[in-house]
Amino acid sequence: MNRFRSMLRNVALTTAVSASAFTALTAHAADTIKVGVLHSLSGTMAISETTLKDTVLMMIDEQNKAGGLLGKKLEPVVVDPASNWPLFAEKTRELISKDKVSVIFGCWTSVSRKSVLPVIEELNGLLFYPVQFEGEEGSKNVFYTGAAPNQQAIPAVDYLMKQGVKRWVLEGTDYVYPQTTNKILEAYLKLKGVAADDIKINYTPFGFSDWQSEVASIKKFGSAGKKTAVVSTVNGDANVPFYKELGNQGIKSDDIPVVAFSVGEEELSGIDTKPLVGHLAAWNYFMSVDTPENKKFIETWHKFIKNPKRVTNDPMEATYIGFKMWVQAVQKAGSTETDKVEQAMIGQTITNLTGGKAVMGKNHYLSKPVLIGEIQEDGQFAVVSQTKEVAGDEWSDYLPGSKDLIADWTAPIKCGNYNTKTKTCGAK
Amino acid sequence: MSFSKRLCVGVLLLFSVCLSSADDSEFSQKLAALTTTKLSEMSAAVEDVANTGKEQALPYLDALLNNQLYFRKSDSKLFRIDTSKDPAIMTEVAVDKKLEGADTSDFKKIIISNSVRTKLREVMARLQLASSDTKLRARAAREMLGAVTESDKPILEEALSKEKNDEVIALLKAAIALPQLDSGTAAQRLAALDNLEGNVEPAVRNRLNQLLEKNADGTFIETDVAVRSRASVVMGTIESKLQRYRLLETIFFGISLGSVLLLAAIGLAITFGVMGVINMAHGELIMLGAYTTYVIQQWLPNQLELSLLLAVPAAFVVAGLVGIAIERGVIRWLYGRALETLLATFGISLVLQQAVRTIFSPLNRQVATPDWMSGSWQINSVFSLTLNRLYIVVFSLIVFALLSLLLKKTSLGLYVRAVSQNRAMAKAMGVRSDWVDALTFGLGSGIAGMAGVALSQLTNVGPNMGQAYIIDSFMVVVFGGVGNLWGTLVGSLALGVANKFLEPASGAVLAKIFVLIFIILFIQKRPRGLFPQKGRSAES
Repeated sequence: MNRFRSMLRNVALTTAVSASAFTALTAHAADTIKVGVLHSLSGTMAISETTLKDTVLMMIDEQNKAGGLLGKKLEPVVVDPASNWPLFAEKTRELISKDKVSVIFGCWTSVSRKSVLPVIEELNGLLFYPVQFEGEEGSKNVFYTGAAPNQQAIPAVDYLMKQGVKRWVLEGTDYVYPQTTNKILEAYLKLKGVAADDIKINYTPFGFSDWQSEVASIKKFGSAGKKTAVVSTVNGDANVPFYKELGNQGIKSDDIPVVAFSVGEEELSGIDTKPLVGHLAAWNYFMSVDTPENKKFIETWHKFIKNPKRVTNDPMEATYIGFKMWVQAVQKAGSTETDKVEQAMIGQTITNLTGGKAVMGKNHYLSKPVLIGEIQEDGQFAVVSQTKEVAGDEWSDYLPGSKDLIADWTAPIKCGNYNTKTKTCGAK
Repeated sequence: MSFSKRLCVGVLLLFSVCLSSADDSEFSQKLAALTTTKLSEMSAAVEDVANTGKEQALPYLDALLNNQLYFRKSDSKLFRIDTSKDPAIMTEVAVDKKLEGADTSDFKKIIISNSVRTKLREVMARLQLASSDTKLRARAAREMLGAVTESDKPILEEALSKEKNDEVIALLKAAIALPQLDSGTAAQRLAALDNLEGNVEPAVRNRLNQLLEKNADGTFIETDVAVRSRASVVMGTIESKLQRYRLLETIFFGISLGSVLLLAAIGLAITFGVMGVINMAHGELIMLGAYTTYVIQQWLPNQLELSLLLAVPAAFVVAGLVGIAIERGVIRWLYGRALETLLATFGISLVLQQAVRTIFSPLNRQVATPDWMSGSWQINSVFSLTLNRLYIVVFSLIVFALLSLLLKKTSLGLYVRAVSQNRAMAKAMGVRSDWVDALTFGLGSGIAGMAGVALSQLTNVGPNMGQAYIIDSFMVVVFGGVGNLWGTLVGSLALGVANKFLEPASGAVLAKIFVLIFIILFIQKRPRGLFPQKGRSAES
């Protein structure tokens, strides 16, 4: 298997090298601006990422219809990293060195982003990352348009606290995003005066399907007389049997509400939502939000994808915001050069699809509002709470190791991990 | 309503009618408020409706709680709409009359949040205490236990005076006793404790726990020694009762996990155990069964029960035919070459997965569960058996019984056993061994398909679902003893129960690892599993 894979890699590399030599020779006149799309179109992540590829294509299409950018047409370059993390790095190299793309929209899982990171920094490219994640990263070459933990997890916990929740179950799938998020949440809850006895952290394997004991222990934990809630970072497929078991064991959303960070419209469209009604999700965007911008976005999406039943979701909005901001930044800089665009990006403002403004911060994170929604029977969310715009916090204030770190890409700091205590860059 | 108003104006002397119509109109006002109130003020609106409407408010509140209360956009009349059926069932709540042929887009749903749901349950509980349905009364009393106050005493005592059912009586007594623990004299508190003995409701337990706690300065919250010692005795009886129920619950969880393992593995016990074929596509045959369920549900969208019932034989046939095709097309050329069989069937599993991905899309499909299979059988407030699991335990045992009957009592079973024990001798006796091979493989595959029907009720139906079960299935068959159906039964149940006893202590991830390590060590000691085959076939 391994030998086969490395053979494939060699073949891919040689073709890439010869192809880039070829393009260098022809030295074509740049009459288009190339936009790289780096989303898995096959393998396990294809379910989620294909939608984002289509979103970028739609945005490019719209921009071209509106006259292109700097007088040139935009040209998408779509590659398929096939849910294979090392392949993400190779495809990035190919996009920048061979195809000479000006910007890349891509990645979903954190591990794929980590794989792209060294390449994009080495070749000085630009990546827009549109998915909610654990934060704890700062790069000059990456713009994070998805939510950091303080833009999703912490407001959700705040909301539940207001509802009188005193006991917490942090239930997650066993990998990096749930573990980091739960670490942050645990520190935050303790800071808010929650006793260690009132926090229960539990992990299950990927694709876990036998939730009987887990749900029974949640039920037991929740019967101690204090209002209890579950904060779920359970990922993907495992959610369906989890919610089914909750329903079957008679845990109602008003007894023990579950707030999820990985369950959105797209995930709900494939399952029976009856047992989920009333449980919560926290995102920066819901399809059900009634604003003129959102209505137009949904209409455009349905027309582009030629299916009026397709839903929109939060990572799509993050892609939308990222793309629009990039267009504005290129116009402001008058060029697609990475360094100029990077500086022009900071401070860019876009009207959110949910109302209000998204602003790109000095740390390359967005500030945007946080919405809490209750799941409805039709697979949509009814918004029960909406915050003002929250600025993304790149290094969590609640983790001991990263409390003093910030990212700031304006002069004079220009650093992704600047320690405010020691006044040095590169502390971590 | 306008009719009764006219009656009022016309017949002023009929004072009582006027009064009741005044009540009515207040009630209808409060109801109308539901259609305009903001979500944040909904709880108060719901309480108003319950207070003015009393019993006649119940159908509205019930519809609201079940997310089925809508109002017509044109005249704001309230309807209960069940959208799970096609076409949706619409009932005008005020007159309880069905509305035919209306379009759901003419209606707007009244949206509620969790805090409204809590409020709804609370106000409905007060109204339902007088219900004629014992289950409803028990639920109402249980609901009241959680938030009972001294002011509820009159209604509780009234309900208690009429109550005949023992369970409800105990709940009502507890509900009356709980507030007395806060306010009564020491003697009253002692008497109240008597009423709480053996009551496992969480509200009771928590209240008793508080009695035994200390203040920050080390003194007891409860000042009376007699009350304290009585409380700890009562608590002790409750705790020991709880322990027993928890043990029963864990055993049930284990048996239910075991029955899922049994279903997944029993087909493999035939193909791998009896025939010796390492079939890596076994999980995909399970998946085909689950997709068959999905397809049949698409054909019969309004007949859930029937479609599920049809799915069992259909899945058997579909998976069985695919199995026979695999055996005739690939495996029969590879008998005696285990490694090649393994690789070839692994390839088949990939082909089947991709085929399903292409035909049905890579997204998971939604298989609906009939109402009688969701929810749980509530034995008391701490012990309940989830119904879907219970049915699957029964289903797997039926499948097991039928299969062992088939192998023991039918001529096909005789041939199968003959061929598996001594192929050459069976052939010499005139058994068409290749025909038997194909049928045996088809039988094992068909049973995998039936397992798929059951699993579609528990977990996701998607292209990858088979992979989750293939390892477990092999584990069970090897552990139980290759070629022995009883071994598979005992093996799967033992592994299920062991897993569930480990899980609370070690977490789900470690529990799985421990079970795997245990099996590896076990196989070192007894390579032929729990129930090794004896006799001539064992030596071959």
